[in-house]
Amino acid sequence: MFDKEKWQEIFSSLKNNKMRTTLTIFGVFWGIFMLIVMLGFGMGFKSMMQEGFGDFATNSLLIWPQQTTKAYKGFPRDRSYMFTNEDVQLIREKFPEIEFIAPKLRAFGIEGANNATRGTKTGAFSVEGTFPEYNLIDPSKITHGRFVNNVDIKEYKKVAVIGKHVKDVLFEEDENPLGEYIKINGIYFKVVGVLTKGASNISLGSDKDRSIVIPLTTFQKVYNRGNEVGFCAVTAVKEANIALVQQKINIFLRRRHSIAPDDDQAVGGFNLAKEFKKFFNMINSVVILIWIVGAATLLAGVIGVSNIMLVVVRERTKEIGIQRALGATPFKIMNNIITEAIFLTASSGYVGIVIGVGVIELVKKIANSSGSDNPFFTHAGVNLNVALMALLILVVFGALAGFIPAKRAINIKPIDALRDD
Amino acid sequence: MIELKGLHKSYITGNNKLHVLKGLDLTIEQGELVSVMGSSGSGKSTLLNVLGILDSYDEGFYKLNNTLMDNLSEKKAAQYRNNMLGFVFQSFNLISFKNAVENVALPLYYQGVNRKKRNMIALDYLDRMGLKEWADHMPNELSGGQKQRVAIARAMISKPKVILADEPTGALDSKTSLEVMDLFREINSSGITVIIVTHEKDISEQTDRIIHIKDGIIGSEFTSKN
Repeated sequence: MFDKEKWQEIFSSLKNNKMRTTLTIFGVFWGIFMLIVMLGFGMGFKSMMQEGFGDFATNSLLIWPQQTTKAYKGFPRDRSYMFTNEDVQLIREKFPEIEFIAPKLRAFGIEGANNATRGTKTGAFSVEGTFPEYNLIDPSKITHGRFVNNVDIKEYKKVAVIGKHVKDVLFEEDENPLGEYIKINGIYFKVVGVLTKGASNISLGSDKDRSIVIPLTTFQKVYNRGNEVGFCAVTAVKEANIALVQQKINIFLRRRHSIAPDDDQAVGGFNLAKEFKKFFNMINSVVILIWIVGAATLLAGVIGVSNIMLVVVRERTKEIGIQRALGATPFKIMNNIITEAIFLTASSGYVGIVIGVGVIELVKKIANSSGSDNPFFTHAGVNLNVALMALLILVVFGALAGFIPAKRAINIKPIDALRDD
Repeated sequence: MIELKGLHKSYITGNNKLHVLKGLDLTIEQGELVSVMGSSGSGKSTLLNVLGILDSYDEGFYKLNNTLMDNLSEKKAAQYRNNMLGFVFQSFNLISFKNAVENVALPLYYQGVNRKKRNMIALDYLDRMGLKEWADHMPNELSGGQKQRVAIARAMISKPKVILADEPTGALDSKTSLEVMDLFREINSSGITVIIVTHEKDISEQTDRIIHIKDGIIGSEFTSKN
């Protein structure tokens, strides 16, 4: 490997044809450069997508009541019904694969109609009654105070967690809202917390910043909603198949509410896990596409190297003849040519990797210093394994690029090589 | 040292078959200084290529140092060339990017001798050729005579049994030619068989045995007893 005679030969042929060498090298350089840059921003794209999901529980499911579409047990079709507290209680007890179930009831969210007031300040917000578990499924960021807790639920406490925007509307800028009272649809609630949207960009229903969260039990009681529940967010334990859980819950709810067993429309549902999976599949497809395009570009560069090596062999026919007359074995000749091809691809590829990583880092640096929080730029990057893998591919491709010319070289008879003028 | 019996060799180019060697018999003993003469197309170059294991033959046999040279693998052929034969060419055939001493040392490189040792030996051979101070020069900085002496040193370094020279003086002026011939005589006197292919009469006259090739067989032979 570290054999001066061999490298002398390689460098002499490269030096004698500087322009040709440069152009050849450029093909491979460009291939690997593109691959690295695309992979780097692919990574940025991936983390941009993942950051969008944030800490949202991915193995989760939303269910809500809809109108029935089939007449059953004496009930007409198009019947409206609601889930109840008992439904929630029974589902929680019946299905061990469920991690959390959080019922929710929302009302008065009609834009324009003011429903919350404090002194002279007033605004229209979405009001939601829920359970503490809800914040584990679709987490909000609690900036002050706390979220609704079990004591609130049990004791029907008139407490409210208000969105950031709600606070801005109902309170002065430097005012501490905790412990203050606001009037929601005529009833006073004590503010115990301020929330804003969590790390996830997924928004279910209303804008969190513009909503007021109160205990579900309080909601049902003070607004005369009995034991009604609007919809439920459900998360399953990691090992459980959420689609199966959804099916089981549907069957259970249809039976409880006298809905036809084949009425698929009556219980509305949204399987987030399925959507997440689709998304991750899409991201992976993009990464695969990048590899295919990158590898193909690289291959074009490598074919260039192979081509040039054929020319080199042709040019050096006589020299190869001399070497063989002096006792160089075919293996030695082949070895030299393959080494040269590997050297060409690996060194130009290495430069491509370094510059590619450099460009990504530069973009990152510029994005960071300009205060961008777009993960597409700030989280772009190539991990070491990918770079090493690319280098390995280069060496393999280089060897392949050298193989055909090397084979050609040793197929030349020494005598023909010597005659070549 | 060299024994050829009923050697046939044809070249096939397209549909044409060119019968070059037509049952050639030749024996050369160890330590002989032989010249091979013949007009162009007589088969003398082909003979040299067969002798040099650079080319194969169709019929007959060729024994070099009592070893049959037939159906050799490229690797085996390379090893025999390296160990038993030294080549000197008309156009010198030095490797252009290697300096004089590296060119001379090349056969030892193929034997796996380490760089320091082989360059030392090569320098010694260059010294014998009177080229010690030219050791670091590249081939294009040397005159024709100097190049040929480097080539001869290169042929000598692996201590071959036979030196095969193809028109070694073809590209040299008469004065340098004489010097080169003196060198071959000197090498020959150390016991190495030297075979020179030439078409120049005054070169062949300086050898002990002149073989004329005509139409693929030996036409006439002349042995001088000097």
